[in-house]
Amino acid sequence: MAKRVGMEVAIAVAEAVGMCNVDVAAVYPITPQSHIAEHLSDIVADGRTDTEYVTVESEHSAISVVIGASGTGARTYTATSSQGLMLMHEILPIVSAMRLPICMAVANRAVSGPLNILNDHSDIMPQRDAGWIVMFTENGQEAIDLSIQSFKIAEDPEVMLPVAVNIDGFQLTHMVEPVEFPDQKAVSRFIPARKPYAMLHPDTPVTMGAFAMSDIYHEMMMVKDEVLKNSKKTILKVWDEWAKTFGRRYKPVETYRADDAEVLLVTMGSMGETAEVAIDELRKKKVSVGLVKIRLWRPFPFDEFRHVVRKAKLLIVTDRAVSFGGPGGPVHAEIKAALYHDKHRPAVHDYIIGLGGRDVRVSDFVTMVERAIKDRRKSAVKDYEFYGVRE
Amino acid sequence: MKKAKKWPEAWHEVNVGAMVFEPCSAREYHTGSWRARRPVWDNTRCIRCGLCYIYCPEGCVSQNALGYFEADLNYCKGCGICAHECWPTAIAMVEEA
Repeated sequence: MAKRVGMEVAIAVAEAVGMCNVDVAAVYPITPQSHIAEHLSDIVADGRTDTEYVTVESEHSAISVVIGASGTGARTYTATSSQGLMLMHEILPIVSAMRLPICMAVANRAVSGPLNILNDHSDIMPQRDAGWIVMFTENGQEAIDLSIQSFKIAEDPEVMLPVAVNIDGFQLTHMVEPVEFPDQKAVSRFIPARKPYAMLHPDTPVTMGAFAMSDIYHEMMMVKDEVLKNSKKTILKVWDEWAKTFGRRYKPVETYRADDAEVLLVTMGSMGETAEVAIDELRKKKVSVGLVKIRLWRPFPFDEFRHVVRKAKLLIVTDRAVSFGGPGGPVHAEIKAALYHDKHRPAVHDYIIGLGGRDVRVSDFVTMVERAIKDRRKSAVKDYEFYGVRE
Repeated sequence: MKKAKKWPEAWHEVNVGAMVFEPCSAREYHTGSWRARRPVWDNTRCIRCGLCYIYCPEGCVSQNALGYFEADLNYCKGCGICAHECWPTAIAMVEEA
């Protein structure tokens, strides 16, 4: 059993990445990701890992540097947040189309404007369709574990796709939590050196990222979709191996007291733990409620999700981002799409919560659940609402 | 005999990451099919200065044995830059039939 240590989560993520034999890292600091950038550069400067740390002038350059490095066969890492991720946006679909297994941490932060540095998911949601594997973490231990796993998933020959690990800014990145690090030898065994499919090398000429017109582009996009959907098999395999090696099991959709629940609260990211406390309180009041936590956002685990909600009558979805002028939040839209063909569709109520770092307390989750149940009794389920907005 | 494929025809035949392993294979892609107008040289006006050769962005203009210039119509996209630059006006852009 590894020793538990108290550590800030962003520092712990950098420590975890430092164990992964990364060849090239290019990380441009941005709040609240900066501690990952700073601490990883410390680890490199101290000679604790043989990594080329490229200091770049922007996030656009950071992702571009790791594209080039990944093309030469290197194991690569970057991390960003908010405006930095928005600046990377142009490059993200290229990474997945080129099948480069770049791993990235996103310290989720609200996007401007107005300028805000605190946590929500409005930075990752605009990247939803970039063709990346996208996962969410709930606590520091998960941030460590998923950061390590991401290299194994990304570099698997069946996958060869980039992975974004989402770690809620401040609410997770700046928390000091008890975490345990796996043994370095076990990590090295778990993620052996990358075996690239092809390498940019003068001896083996290859063109990566070539021009493609309408006669082939359409087919390429189908490949991208199929490969991303297919990656779920490898993700499950890697999580299974992780459970056997390190004892912690991960699932695409996690549940808490959900088996017999008529009402299910749905969260994604760090708020899951707060919601768990709310579920306990509501259970004490004899409310038949449970929690569903989405870990894997892309590829979306449709089957797993349908399975866990199959007996529910009401789903209370929480979204940390808004699809303006659309169906409320993106998680809500996804869930409704997942359930459209089901005969016994539950009612779905979407709450938009915690934008720009607005605190969401246990009592807020309790209120959300109680109010949604009341609305449903009156057949007044709203599509979505901004929870707690001042009126 | 199986028909030789010029392109991957089905989606599952596309190379991983659409990588191209054969050097210079872009040569097989005849961009001349995009052309709406083709350059036609009037060699009685041509002074063989080679500006068309220099300016052609496709690099498809070459000098023949007599020292005059011609475009490789497999690749000429018909942009008309050669005709625009040709100051003795020896090049006319003619509509493709």
